[in-house]
Amino acid sequence: MLKCESMNLFYGEVQALWDVNLEVKEGEIVALLGANAAGKSTTINAISGLEKLSSGKILFEGTEIQKKDPHEIVEMGIVQVPEGRKLFSYMTIEENLELGAYSKRARANFKQNLETVFELFPILKERRKQLAGSMSGGQQQMCAVARGLMGNPKFLMIDELSLGLAPLVVKQLFEVLTQISKRGITILLVEQNVKQSLAIANSAFVLKNGRLALSGKASEVANDPTLHQAYLGK
Amino acid sequence: MGEIIQVLISGILVGGIYALISMGLNLILGVVRIINFAHGEFLMLAMYLSFFLYSVWGLDPYVSALLVVLILFVFGLFIQRIIIQPILNTSATVKIFVTLGLSIALQNFALMLWRADFRSVHTAYQTAVINVGTVAVSIPRLIAFIVAIIVALGMYLFLNKTLVGKAIRAVAMEKRAAALMGINVKRIYLLAFAIGSAIVGLAGALLIPIYYVFPTVGTLFVLISFVVVVLGGMGSMLGAFLGGIIIGLVEAIAGVVIAPGLKEAVYFIIFILVLLFRPSGLFSLGKGSEEVGLK
Ligand SMILES: Nc1ncnc2c1ncn2[C@@H]1O[C@H](COP(=O)(O)OP(=O)(O)OP(=O)(O)O)[C@@H](O)[C@H]1O
Ligand SMILES: [Mg+2]
Repeated sequence: MLKCESMNLFYGEVQALWDVNLEVKEGEIVALLGANAAGKSTTINAISGLEKLSSGKILFEGTEIQKKDPHEIVEMGIVQVPEGRKLFSYMTIEENLELGAYSKRARANFKQNLETVFELFPILKERRKQLAGSMSGGQQQMCAVARGLMGNPKFLMIDELSLGLAPLVVKQLFEVLTQISKRGITILLVEQNVKQSLAIANSAFVLKNGRLALSGKASEVANDPTLHQAYLGK
Repeated sequence: MGEIIQVLISGILVGGIYALISMGLNLILGVVRIINFAHGEFLMLAMYLSFFLYSVWGLDPYVSALLVVLILFVFGLFIQRIIIQPILNTSATVKIFVTLGLSIALQNFALMLWRADFRSVHTAYQTAVINVGTVAVSIPRLIAFIVAIIVALGMYLFLNKTLVGKAIRAVAMEKRAAALMGINVKRIYLLAFAIGSAIVGLAGALLIPIYYVFPTVGTLFVLISFVVVVLGGMGSMLGAFLGGIIIGLVEAIAGVVIAPGLKEAVYFIIFILVLLFRPSGLFSLGKGSEEVGLK
């Protein structure tokens, strides 16, 4: 479904990605792991078109997308739930969800997706008139995931789903991920929470200092000593 | 007593014009994140346009207002696309110099074409008043004020009730997240800049029946609208509206109580006090000054 070929990316003079290759097959949950500043967010921002590669290719269902604008990429069915949630905090939950469905491909399925989202997160339905910024961290993360789902994705990328959340909420969100996956949405999960992500993932990629350090089936990656090295830094 | 009321009413009515100019400036600032130092020159161009439509074609300013608004909208699109968009990712200094340069260029363009003469239209109604007791209310000023209220309400409805309006606010709040929703951020910038220009165009059309036009007329008003924007809160439409009215009042009162010549001094004292004690403005929601929309 998604294939990244030797991606190189610079922030000014500083190279953040070095020849990174990545592949995601349809229907999978793929974990993208790595320590702080490894380049995980940079990778998915490149896929979303927010950052541009200096060289390399990103193919989605066979089409090159590395030169496209973010909104065009969303129209193709690639949706990102960004790190730190980035909700529209002075708007209500309902308005956030409405904006999640801004793209043409999403607007067509608005009603159906809204039902699905409210089924997955009943609390959002209850609080739909509340300002997004006024909710707890866990509810905000639910809203962020829900807003992503409103985009009617084929391929959903989630950056730091569990960051700063209570274990119980994290467990709930991971369960929702499995349900989303069962609905046929392919998922790329960026996480610091290695154990829990590898438990639900089919395969995994591990970044270290902007380079791919390890990749393979989730079960193999979980037992590879390179994984632990990647988290211990150099 | 009647005199005081007279002063207050003229102040509020003039405040309507300040409000319009400032709403345009603030929409652009809040969404595109650029201080358009040429905003006053947009006002000047709108006033000349209105003036020439009157003196050449005999079109009444209130009739030609729609045309002026439309032309300024297109002019805004053009400026955003050709001049602003290429510099959006540069430093603040570059942005300041580019819009300041545009301002100077437009002033000199006007000076070259139309010379430094003060021009004004002479309509039958320009001195017309409604008498309420001992208070005389100027009709062109009243019209300007009423239109300002209508525009403020219209902007409120547009920004809060329509999907495009919400997209504009989304871009103002979280630009990158907005892009991730499938919003074409560049197009929203174009739209916001064009609407901001159209609003200042409308202010120009409403101003020509009560004021002169000359090449540097914009600097006069744009200074006031900077004060209004700082007072009301950067990016806030409600702040720009109420801030405009407040400055209109302050100016009128200062003119009587202190001295007409010192009213600029009074603005700048307000400007500095707000920056010192409440830098996010009176009507911002506090956190940053990020909100665009009447909330
Ligand atoms: N906008 C930017 N400008 C300059 N450098 C950046 C920018 N964003 C990220 N970087 C740098 O690129 C490198 C990779 O950052 P990135 O955010 O992709 O890491 P990450 O793996 O997502 O880390 P984290 O777990 O902390 O989110 C870091 O060294 C970071 O400092
Ligand atoms: Mg990150």
